[in-house]
Amino acid sequence: MKKNKIRIGCGAGFSGDRLDPAVKLVKDGELDYLVLECLAERTIALAQKRKMANPELGYDPLLEARIESLLPLLLEKRTVLISNMGAANPVAAGKKILEIAANMGLKVKVAVVSGDDVVDKLSPEMVVLENGKELSSLGKIISGNAYLGVEAVLPAFQHRPDIIITGRVADPSLFLAPMVHEFGWDLGDYSKLGKGTVVGHLLECAGQLTGGYFAEPVMKPIPGMENLGHPYADIFENGECIISKVEGTGGEISVAIAKEQLLYEVINPFAYLTPDVEADFSSVSFSQLGKNKVSVKGGGGKIKPEKLKVSVGYEAGWLGEGEISYAGVYAKERGKLAGEIINKRIGELFDELKVDLIGINSLHSQISDEDSLPYEVRLRIAGKSKEKHLAERLGHEVEALYTNGPAGGGGARKYITQLVGIVSILLDREKIKSQVHLFEN
Amino acid sequence: MKKLYELAHSRAGDKGNILILSLIPFQEEDFGLLVDQVTVEKFKKHFAGQVKGEVVRYVLPGLKALQFVCQEALGSGVTTSLSMDTHGKSLSYAFLQLEIDVKKSIESSSIV
Repeated sequence: MKKNKIRIGCGAGFSGDRLDPAVKLVKDGELDYLVLECLAERTIALAQKRKMANPELGYDPLLEARIESLLPLLLEKRTVLISNMGAANPVAAGKKILEIAANMGLKVKVAVVSGDDVVDKLSPEMVVLENGKELSSLGKIISGNAYLGVEAVLPAFQHRPDIIITGRVADPSLFLAPMVHEFGWDLGDYSKLGKGTVVGHLLECAGQLTGGYFAEPVMKPIPGMENLGHPYADIFENGECIISKVEGTGGEISVAIAKEQLLYEVINPFAYLTPDVEADFSSVSFSQLGKNKVSVKGGGGKIKPEKLKVSVGYEAGWLGEGEISYAGVYAKERGKLAGEIINKRIGELFDELKVDLIGINSLHSQISDEDSLPYEVRLRIAGKSKEKHLAERLGHEVEALYTNGPAGGGGARKYITQLVGIVSILLDREKIKSQVHLFEN
Repeated sequence: MKKLYELAHSRAGDKGNILILSLIPFQEEDFGLLVDQVTVEKFKKHFAGQVKGEVVRYVLPGLKALQFVCQEALGSGVTTSLSMDTHGKSLSYAFLQLEIDVKKSIESSSIV
């Protein structure tokens, strides 16, 4: 029997998100579905590198911790978990969940969606969307993952799983899939798919809908942020919804926050592209129904994109960074001098050396007040190189300012990071074949 | 003259090397003032140096919000930029430093 209302909560908005809000959602949220969205653009390429080092890995590093804290509750409350924590290795994630369940003495059924990994379908002459150049112009390719849509996830529901694990699926599609399944929406009903995509987009960043990334204590105060609740939505068969959060949690649900999140990362509010639909966000309207309750109406869609987007990860060299602090009289001048010393010594070894004075111009170099005189400043120098040893040299040089640089330099730190770049290409839908694998104990 | 932060709030988002900034008035009646005053030209001038590419402004009367989409705006992009704030998450607060002429706008709207 088709339902006329379902409740979906979002308990994680990125791989490193807090663990406790999801537990609270399942415990007291009376959810039908919990979604954990854990894959940013670059996360999957990093996961691919872990999989190359060990074929049993490549899923989300917090998968074990999240499943251990949630599994008994999910089963008790009959809440189905949908998550892209499979990252670069959804099959290994499925097996890992069975292992965790066995250790906890629990029975579980996990449906795993695969097929997003299309790295073997990439060819050097494919054109990068961002710059029009060929893939061959980049460093070594690490990963290629297509954004799958609801079509790939829907077959998983036939098995009535407790958990659905995916790799790369467009974030809103993780939410749209249970709506399509429960309400029996037609995949050609773009108006409903557009509305459902609005709901998914609002929820997908979890705490960003309840006051996280919004709060500011003067003009936009948010209560109880140390205990920020994550959101859920009651979605109706017509695609409208009411967003809310569990009573007793911190944060807030308001029209102002919902507006910020609706527009977050949206390149065209009249045509937000997912594999399922080109959604119109411009016609969405919000109204405050009560404390921490906002209704969402409008939105829609007319067509879906012809091709699917593929995110390609490549090795982009090494980033070297060094930092050191100065305080008191002439702190800014000493910081500047330190930057000049480094630039003169090693500037020519790098295409670009970024010299920031934290406290003056590190975040908003164009807008900041260069005449301000903070009591303390922190020099940060960053450069990238294909050569690891040059990236390391940068930090060493900054550290050596202790004894060779301006007076009173303290707290030097050095970092190197292997850079993974991400670009996009488009691929024909027919070239991408998704599959569902079932694991149960 | 007023700073934008007195009238509106903003959230920064990113896609590759594209910076996306919303602008939402605290009071819906200030929407017209923002449409009038926060033009693409003024925006580009404010972000000269940060934003190298094209800027598109979307006017959303239903939501009472503006959306600015800026190409070539985040160094070389989130994953390879040398900036400390690679995503440009703090740039909403750079936007809110922009100054607008409130009086001029009130005069011009009272003529209409």
